[in-house]
Amino acid sequence: MSLGDFLQRAVSKWMREGGPEDDIVLTSRIRVARNVQGYPFPILQTDSHADEIVQMMEQAVQSSAMQQLGKYEMVRCRDLSPLDRQVFVEKHLISPDLAQQEKHGAMAIRDDELVSIMVNEEDHLRIQCILPGLRLLDGWRMASAIDDALEQHLTYAYHDQYGYLTACPTNVGTGIRASVMMHLPGLALTGSINRMLTAVSQVGLAVRGIYGEGSESYGNLYQVSNQITLGETEEEIVANLQSVVYQLIEHERNARKALLARNRIQLEDRVSRSFGILAYARRIDTKETMERLSDVRLGIDLGIIQGVSAGILKELMVMTQPAFLQKYYHRELAATERDIRRAALIRERLRLDDSEVHR
Amino acid sequence: MLCERCHERPATVHVTKIINGEKTGYHLCEVCAKEQGEVMNPFLAGNAFDFNKLLSGLLNMDSSPGFAPVQAQVQPRCGTCGMTYNQFTQVGRFGCPDCYDSFAARLEPLLRRIQTGNRHTGKVPVKSGEKMKRLRQLDALRRELQQAVAQEQFERAAELRDQIRMLEQTSE
Repeated sequence: MSLGDFLQRAVSKWMREGGPEDDIVLTSRIRVARNVQGYPFPILQTDSHADEIVQMMEQAVQSSAMQQLGKYEMVRCRDLSPLDRQVFVEKHLISPDLAQQEKHGAMAIRDDELVSIMVNEEDHLRIQCILPGLRLLDGWRMASAIDDALEQHLTYAYHDQYGYLTACPTNVGTGIRASVMMHLPGLALTGSINRMLTAVSQVGLAVRGIYGEGSESYGNLYQVSNQITLGETEEEIVANLQSVVYQLIEHERNARKALLARNRIQLEDRVSRSFGILAYARRIDTKETMERLSDVRLGIDLGIIQGVSAGILKELMVMTQPAFLQKYYHRELAATERDIRRAALIRERLRLDDSEVHR
Repeated sequence: MLCERCHERPATVHVTKIINGEKTGYHLCEVCAKEQGEVMNPFLAGNAFDFNKLLSGLLNMDSSPGFAPVQAQVQPRCGTCGMTYNQFTQVGRFGCPDCYDSFAARLEPLLRRIQTGNRHTGKVPVKSGEKMKRLRQLDALRRELQQAVAQEQFERAAELRDQIRMLEQTSE
């Protein structure tokens, strides 16, 4: 199969398509935690409890209310190979935690891969919507509609005072976690990123790496999300996050302008060298890949690099992950071998754009 | 003065804790204070900022071992799933929805620290939320009634009063 065909099948809609402010905001994600009344939370779940929750979800997903909201496929973790589960993690469809829940975990995934529902992770249900660009409110509306459809078949654990009950009290109330993945190379290059991120964490928001809690930040990608889930409405939470994101966007744009005005030649040199490495390297690790991709994407955004689609950052950041590479090459690869294959895949992907330009 | 914990080294660290308005104080030596985690900010122990650590730091604030006052009490236990509060502080997760009521007394100060409020104001589920919706509606109507009275719109006030009565009757 050619890389083009593989991409058609393997790349989720959020990776392929653009959206508002997508020169800086790669994706918006809404995750809503829900639990079923009358069942212990997954941490104290027996096999039969877990099974009943999965069966309830299977029925709920097949209901007409859910069918109207898209085509879903439900699959249990134990029916997927560890590699396939890891691919789902790399595509941000499920969390690393769910991938570990071999026995009890399950997921329902919509065919466009914009929606996934994790079953028996930390909570019974976690509805996740991921959209390209800055579309937090759209994401919340999507998640809320799915929530309503599921509720026709499930009775949620709900408390008059505390709202939706969740396994961890950091999620109680609305159960909502809204987050955006931002590409902030301008702030990083001008040295103001740490000051910005400290300010962000002081207004009740969290900053993390791209694969969630505890993950490192490569390639100037940051995930900014709300911490508070109780005491504010979902719309207020989303609006708060959005207003901070707009401020970060403005600072990032100003930083990029300043870089162009003051250090144009250094900037051109930097992004062009990074492009050269991606286009010609014979082996490259994940960290360097992300760093070079960040430079190239900045070069594309500023018009320094032409003929390469802006989508390559989102696409390749997922495609060059270890499990994805092994999926593409249909076999297990040792780390050094992965570095060689990764470089080959990147070269191939860049040629794909090249051939489109000259067509 | 000697350290209250090891009774060997001089006490150089004074720790004051205020938990639910109850003030307790300890005199410790530097070694014991470090072991108890009293010197460093308990939220930021370790290198990376880890939210789970932050949470368990918060949860453990009133149950550091060795200090009797809180520990000596009988551990509250959830009657539905059997989880104790101690277990909860270790894993940072509740065992079942009923834990929220079982541990309500301890939950309130925790929620005040990690959330902006202690009352849900967002979405209400269709099925289990009928009562909540009525309560919020009543709240809104009562506020409107006060306004109407203040502005001497007595006809409007009478209408509102009747609406409130109707709603109160249906919720009984």
